Amino acid sequence: MSTALLTVESLSKRFRGLKAVSNLSFTVPEGRILALIGPNGAGKTTSFNLIAGVFPPDEGSVTLKGTRLTGLKPNQVCAAGIGRTFQIVKPFGHLTVEENVMVGALARERSVEVARRQARALLERLEMADAAQRPARSLTLPDRKRLEVARALATRPTLLLLDEVLAGLRPTEVDRMVAVLRDLNRREGITILMIEHVMRAVMALSDHVVVLDHGEKIADGTPPEVVSDPRVIESYLGAEEA
Amino acid sequence: MTNRGASPVGIALLGGANAGAATGRGAALLALGGVALLLAPLVADRYLLSVLTTVLWFAYVGQAWNVMMGFSGLLSLGHALYVGLGAYASAALFVHFGVGPWAGALLAMLVAVAAGCGIGFLGFRFGVKGVHFALLTIAFAEVARVGFDHIQWLGGSGGFFLPVEAGVSDPLNLRGSPLLFYYVILALTGAALLLARALLHSRLGYQWLAVREDAEAAEAVGVDLFTARMTAVAVSSALTALGGVFQAFYFNNLFPEQVFSMGRSIEIILPAIVGGIGTLIGPILGAFILTPMGEGLTFLLEVSGLELPGLKQLFYGVALVVIVVFRPDGVWPWLARRLGLVRANAEGEDAR
Repeated sequence: MSTALLTVESLSKRFRGLKAVSNLSFTVPEGRILALIGPNGAGKTTSFNLIAGVFPPDEGSVTLKGTRLTGLKPNQVCAAGIGRTFQIVKPFGHLTVEENVMVGALARERSVEVARRQARALLERLEMADAAQRPARSLTLPDRKRLEVARALATRPTLLLLDEVLAGLRPTEVDRMVAVLRDLNRREGITILMIEHVMRAVMALSDHVVVLDHGEKIADGTPPEVVSDPRVIESYLGAEEA
Repeated sequence: MTNRGASPVGIALLGGANAGAATGRGAALLALGGVALLLAPLVADRYLLSVLTTVLWFAYVGQAWNVMMGFSGLLSLGHALYVGLGAYASAALFVHFGVGPWAGALLAMLVAVAAGCGIGFLGFRFGVKGVHFALLTIAFAEVARVGFDHIQWLGGSGGFFLPVEAGVSDPLNLRGSPLLFYYVILALTGAALLLARALLHSRLGYQWLAVREDAEAAEAVGVDLFTARMTAVAVSSALTALGGVFQAFYFNNLFPEQVFSMGRSIEIILPAIVGGIGTLIGPILGAFILTPMGEGLTFLLEVSGLELPGLKQLFYGVALVVIVVFRPDGVWPWLARRLGLVRANAEGEDAR
């Protein structure tokens, strides 16, 4: 296995006594796709927010390629090389699609015109060029999800955090997004950490799966290993199929 | 009732820097308006010139306020503070130290920026948001209003006066005829428009818009919220202070009760709200709508001999309600679309 890009160590977070994340440790190897799965309320999004610097952990640490991220603010985490999407999409509604992505590109680029060119290229890549001049609020949900990805990618991350970018998409749309993500990972070497409920996509995309339940890691392995794990079937997969 | 979602160009105008770019007709009309204002003193009498000066002053400070609210989503209801600080600082320098207004303006802006950043620091550092931030801005303006009443060095509540010498024309010290003041405020308004436009198209401008739209998402794409908001406050307060310098030397008298009043703060924000928050032309158009209407009302009252104190305020209130109900995005986005002054680039809203 290649070297760890992201290392999460003994991460814990409580909200008013409720243990949202408890002693969570895992690593994301460079160039791989890791999926974080688990039932609702398992602490997946909280883990994302801890990594992205939305709030500090009570205990534990997050390091990206040896650089400690714990205690940094979200904009500093972005500067360190982590791009993220939001589960509840957060487009800059009154700005055009192109401007949304430009703002992302401006994270590393001082020139507005260069950022615009980068945004256009990315939109082309994500098959959204036709919508470039539309206000983001006019987009449909699948397009908003793609815009989230485009905007995060525009910050030129080494690690992309995707929070349920496939949820609510139709099967054909899921396939398109999966193809785009795989392409980004293979061709550009972008490491991906994704929260996902769509098991078909998890199985197709991820090299490694971490399963959370009640804030704790209950399984950690390759997709086939994880789906045959009795604890996972009991707490997550079984519950869905029942 | 028109809601925001139903007016595509309105959205485009409220939107990003590039949205609603002017068409040839729009640019031509803007140029025509500029030329008309340049030539206005040829035909305007003294009264009309004073009305135009007032219009342009509100257009100018409205533009300044818009940098905070329209671009960055920071609601300030205490902009009279920056007007007053700018006015008093430059007037004090002139009266007590003989420093001319052009040099004094720099210090006046610094004072206002310091105050703005102080308020901003309190607000942004401790997460005071939205309406609560607005309350903070009101509080500081009110403290200044009461405080300046007691600063005898600045005339206290009795007022602070600048020496007036008849017939003196000294543009370097901003002493001269109404014509001089008219051209000064016209230049300031034009410069503020160009500056606002340049800012909106800059990296900082896009970051402001992002913060306005969704602070959390902006932060996730690398925008430092504190810095972005502080620079918006700094730019806005500096520009507003310059409006205060103008006011001090134009009227030659300053009373804390007037300069720092809540009513003044509201008068500053009305042009942008009426014309269109977040748009470049909105504050200018809003000032051209509101001030003449107010003047017309005063005139009608005088002619009819009616004595109705507070009617002007009532009128402003009604005008605001009408605008908010029928044109919540402001008059400019609607007008621009009707007259084809901007490129409609938001067809997606309809296509959906």
